[in-house]
Amino acid sequence: MPSLIDIRRRIRSVKSTQQITRAMKMVASARLRRAQDRVVNARPYSRMTRELLGDVVAAAGPEFVEKLPLLAVRPEKRVQLVLITADRGLAGAFNSNLIKAAQQFLEERSGREAMLELVGRKGRDFFVKRPVRISGETTGISQSAGQREAEQLGRKLIERFTSGEADSVYLLYNEFKSVLSQRVTVRKILPVEMPAAGAAREYIFEQPPMHMLEKLLPEYIVLLVLEAFLESAAAEQAARMTAMDAATTNAGEVIHKLTLFMNRVRQASITREIIEVVSGASALE
Amino acid sequence: MAGLLRLEVATPERMLLKENVREAQVPAANGYLGILPEHAPLLAELGTGVLVYELENGQKKWMSVIGGYVEVGPDRIRVLANRAESADEIDVERAQAALRRAEERILNPAPGIDVARALNAAERARVRLEAAQHR
Repeated sequence: MPSLIDIRRRIRSVKSTQQITRAMKMVASARLRRAQDRVVNARPYSRMTRELLGDVVAAAGPEFVEKLPLLAVRPEKRVQLVLITADRGLAGAFNSNLIKAAQQFLEERSGREAMLELVGRKGRDFFVKRPVRISGETTGISQSAGQREAEQLGRKLIERFTSGEADSVYLLYNEFKSVLSQRVTVRKILPVEMPAAGAAREYIFEQPPMHMLEKLLPEYIVLLVLEAFLESAAAEQAARMTAMDAATTNAGEVIHKLTLFMNRVRQASITREIIEVVSGASALE
Repeated sequence: MAGLLRLEVATPERMLLKENVREAQVPAANGYLGILPEHAPLLAELGTGVLVYELENGQKKWMSVIGGYVEVGPDRIRVLANRAESADEIDVERAQAALRRAEERILNPAPGIDVARALNAAERARVRLEAAQHR
């Protein structure tokens, strides 16, 4: 039977853990709001860019568009996977789901050459120790990644695709579906799958449409990378918030159980003492 | 009465502006385009420059724009800029510092310095400073 003092000590320790998880939950929910704003703010540009791309494709004529190098579908011998994880843990299954999905992705393509580009410390720490080919890593940006970071990574990926180092490029990240759910998403970004061609309106083109496409497509890739960054940042905070909320509730339950147990132990010792006193007194009679 | 144009300026990170305007001057890659309502549909690349627009009440506003695309319809202008800032949010000190640094690099190119890049940087800083003059 543990002593009263031991149980009190445990209760105190669980309480301080609970304070930490509660604070982390608050921080995560504040950050989530900011990350969510960034996702929402980026949407108009994404939508307009897709529409613009559709318009330009319609004007350029789909039969010419197919010849662009960024659309070249080659047999998939070398695959590039970009894994976007968080820099920090304590976010429930956020990182482990991604890592599992990445391993599965690599397994499915075990006959082919695969390269991993790692964004986020958690994914890096996991794969660095394993026998996979790593083409590059970026850490410390999971919450701050913006246009600049997306451009850097996007250009690198385009370069690998056009030079033939990779025949296709996939992004693997957590999509922010709602505060309560994140979905692991695999998205093929290269070769580019074109959004539906818009209605061919009679535009005056300052630059020939094909020329515009050659500039627009790399920017579209960068946009897809940026979207993934922003989604992942929001999803991370949402996952952490939910995880820490659950942890706080669980800690509350443990405290409740320990308190009941403590009371029982105290009651038992009191009862024992009374029995001792009573039996001592009756022995004297 | 002359109609109005819906001017929308979006950057990858946010929607910067949604406003009804009388006219706008857009820094396209091959020179400035003045756009009035009922303009023929047009698509153009943007260069680095200052976007000037006139509000319904006649007030003129300035904004720096760096790269991107513009789409013009009969009653709207959509600017998809790589970077854009309205005149009053431009960090003047930072732009001045960037300009000095770039000019320094152009005048005394140290080995390993990309002069073309420095020229672009100088251009960006100049455009920001120009827009910032009209707060």
